[in-house]
Amino acid sequence: MTPVSSKLYTDDVSLLMVLIDTNPYLWSSMKNTAFTFSKFLSHVLAFLNSILLLNQMNQVVVIATGYNSCDYVFDSSSSSMQRAECLLEKLEEFVDKDETLSQEDSVDGVGFSLLSGSLSMALCYIQRVFRTGPLHPQPRILCLHGSPDGPGQYVAVMNAIFSAQRSMVPIDSCVIGSQHSAFLQQASYITGGVYLKPQVSDGLFQYLSTVFATDLHSRAFLQLPRPVGVDFRASCFCHKNTIDMGYICSVCLSIFCKHHKKCSTCGSNFGEARKQDPSASGQRRKTPDGS
Amino acid sequence: MADGKVVKRAKYKSSVKDPGVPGVLKLTKERFFFMPNDPTSTTKLNVEFKLIKGHRSSKEGSSKQALLNLMHDQGRSYIFEFDSFPDRDKCREFVASAIAACGEVVKAASEKPAVPHDEQLSAAEMGRRIKLLQDNSELQKLHRQLVIGGILSEAEFWAARKKLLEQGDIKKPKQRVALKNDMWSVKPLSDGQTNRVTFNLTPEVIHQIFAEKPAVRQAYLKFVPGKMSEKEFWTKYSRAEYLHSTKNIVAAAAEAAEDEELAVFLKQDDMLAFEARKKIRRVDPTLDMEADEGDDYMHLPDHGLPLDETKEILEPQYEPFKRSFSQYLNQHAAVVLRGRVIDVELGDTRSVAEAFTRTNQAELAAEVSDESAYRERIAKVSRVAEIEDLQGPHEPPVALLSIKDPRDYFDSQQANAIKALGDGGTGTRQLKFNVSKEDAFCSLKNSISEINSQGLTEPIISPEVALKVLNGLSQNISSTKYHLGKNPHESVLDRLPSATKDELLLHWTSIQELLKHFWSSYPITAKYFYTKVTRLKDAMSQIYPKLQEIKESVQSDFRHQVSLLVQPMLQALDAAFAHYDADIQKRSAKSGERPNGFA
Repeated sequence: MTPVSSKLYTDDVSLLMVLIDTNPYLWSSMKNTAFTFSKFLSHVLAFLNSILLLNQMNQVVVIATGYNSCDYVFDSSSSSMQRAECLLEKLEEFVDKDETLSQEDSVDGVGFSLLSGSLSMALCYIQRVFRTGPLHPQPRILCLHGSPDGPGQYVAVMNAIFSAQRSMVPIDSCVIGSQHSAFLQQASYITGGVYLKPQVSDGLFQYLSTVFATDLHSRAFLQLPRPVGVDFRASCFCHKNTIDMGYICSVCLSIFCKHHKKCSTCGSNFGEARKQDPSASGQRRKTPDGS
Repeated sequence: MADGKVVKRAKYKSSVKDPGVPGVLKLTKERFFFMPNDPTSTTKLNVEFKLIKGHRSSKEGSSKQALLNLMHDQGRSYIFEFDSFPDRDKCREFVASAIAACGEVVKAASEKPAVPHDEQLSAAEMGRRIKLLQDNSELQKLHRQLVIGGILSEAEFWAARKKLLEQGDIKKPKQRVALKNDMWSVKPLSDGQTNRVTFNLTPEVIHQIFAEKPAVRQAYLKFVPGKMSEKEFWTKYSRAEYLHSTKNIVAAAAEAAEDEELAVFLKQDDMLAFEARKKIRRVDPTLDMEADEGDDYMHLPDHGLPLDETKEILEPQYEPFKRSFSQYLNQHAAVVLRGRVIDVELGDTRSVAEAFTRTNQAELAAEVSDESAYRERIAKVSRVAEIEDLQGPHEPPVALLSIKDPRDYFDSQQANAIKALGDGGTGTRQLKFNVSKEDAFCSLKNSISEINSQGLTEPIISPEVALKVLNGLSQNISSTKYHLGKNPHESVLDRLPSATKDELLLHWTSIQELLKHFWSSYPITAKYFYTKVTRLKDAMSQIYPKLQEIKESVQSDFRHQVSLLVQPMLQALDAAFAHYDADIQKRSAKSGERPNGFA
């Protein structure tokens, strides 16, 4: 392990972790539009090259976010994968592997790619660089994501977001799908990254190079797109309506839009403030008053 | 009577059967006084006629007393017996006219309209209002605008702020004087020539003695009226104190043997000992007294207090007469800390003693009834001092949490997010999309191999598209730069010119105030409310064009933001106007004739 003191601290060297969405269902669904995966790739490859050209010591790592798995497909620091061809080769291998892992024959809708997995891998990689490499770069994560948010991954994604926030790694997100991603909006908001949903998908490269190419130090001097607003409002558990004000179970923090006698999530009984219900005393959330 | 005053001899009685207190009854136009002949008597009266609701008198007859009964508002009555009937009748006439006069005043007050009016304000109330206005410049501005501008009356304005007034009005209880912290040590004043020793006892000192020495108190109650006079008692007590101060225990014991009353003072205080035992029982049983053993002063005799007590070995018979200084100190400290528990004039020694006894008994009674506290203590002992190995674990009763599949929730969340954020129809169209696994992966691989064989497209991006993107981005950035909520700490108001900001805020507060009064006047039940509402409506319609002015006066950059801010104000005003108009219409429809087509 390189001692911290001997590390090279610079403010303009970036470690860019790029997560590309390789959800096959997503790209199949986008075949009808002019923006295909090959087009996407060519824009991304050009962008990666420009990053590497910006600073000799810049490092780019690409992680493929698949449908069933995630993997590193490119690392500019390793001698074996220096060229773009390597990336494509690795990507093909990855897609093959991802296909074999797939169990369902078809998916309803677009399906979800494993954003939580690739985010975690990116964070792990950053930690490794922090602890071992000779450089102390300014790391950031760029999610090129198109799949809708997988509700099952909510907790994992949020955990990843919070660890990124802790290690001061901004998560930039560029949403290439047709819908906004609430996960990534929150990720960028919490970690101080940039959330962008390009209006012109053909101009992806322009977006990437304008918004996401600059290192973190230079960002301070730039006026980057800001989120119009992140919707943090919660939805009630009973009707799934987004509400401004509601009732919260004091045991499990479930949210309801109206008063219930019993929490539908954890089964706690909500007593009236004064009414004593001896049968439910064990579950009562209120402490017995004074007696 | 001509000078509005009647003075007669009379006896005051609390009931007809009562023998009565002789004294002088003095009647004036507003009130009557009764001064008993005996100046020490407590039955002085000073009652306003306002509070007297009626009067009765006994029938004239030789065998009957000449009584006048003044009935108090709250059911009490004052009965006076006069020496003669003419006296009584004179008083009765006066009282009748006085009550009538007062009644008129009261009636006049109550006849004033029930709506808030400019009542006579007490100086304190006025002061409070002025202070509030001084403290709160915003309120002051509002006050100036609405009250001095004649839109609201003073009373209306403050009626909405009763709470604010009351807040400042929480009167602090008068500070009570605690006991003096110096110990009364008897400093005998001896004149040096004779053998006389003088002690100075003030009521304050007696109070302290009673508080610190329950036995003396008890002895006082026991002996004083019957067995000896107050002076004798205190002489005896002083003598005992003097004996103590000489530290001659043997002499004290000898004296005590001769005089049993004196013995009470000389012996150790049994009641104190009893109380001390009780206190010790109340100490937390887990308190480790030995932990203090290492404290430095412990090796000093008598806790490090300068010791001048004689160190002689005493025979056991003298033991009860020994008194340690630290005991006395502790008792004094306890009394001082407890503070003044009784609330009696210090002059009367006996009542002080009795008051002490009463409080003590109350405390005892409270303690006896506090059986549950004792049980709790026992439980605590067993809990704290238990042998851990032999006890089962004390776990708080826990309800198991049974969380249903959270996926349900997040699934619906997702749908909501799409609903809220989605770009219209595309989202829903995509969800119906269905493709087989092979097809999907195949097309993906094709795309990769395609780019592998063809290389990057040349050029990657057409100049037109790039320009479009750049234009879009810069437009987006410049618009979101001023977007609300970009930074939670910075509101759009901060970016407005300060004059505009102040003006907007002032208008907003005054609109709020006006609307509060406006809506609280509904439903209109009295004419007063009607005029008030009309007044308020006129005031609000004056603000309307002012808001418009502000909107137009600001620079074009801010105009949008200002109009966003002004919008809710206008809406609130519009709602009020609409309600006003609807109400007017309803009233006119009700009062006027129904239109023809109305069935």
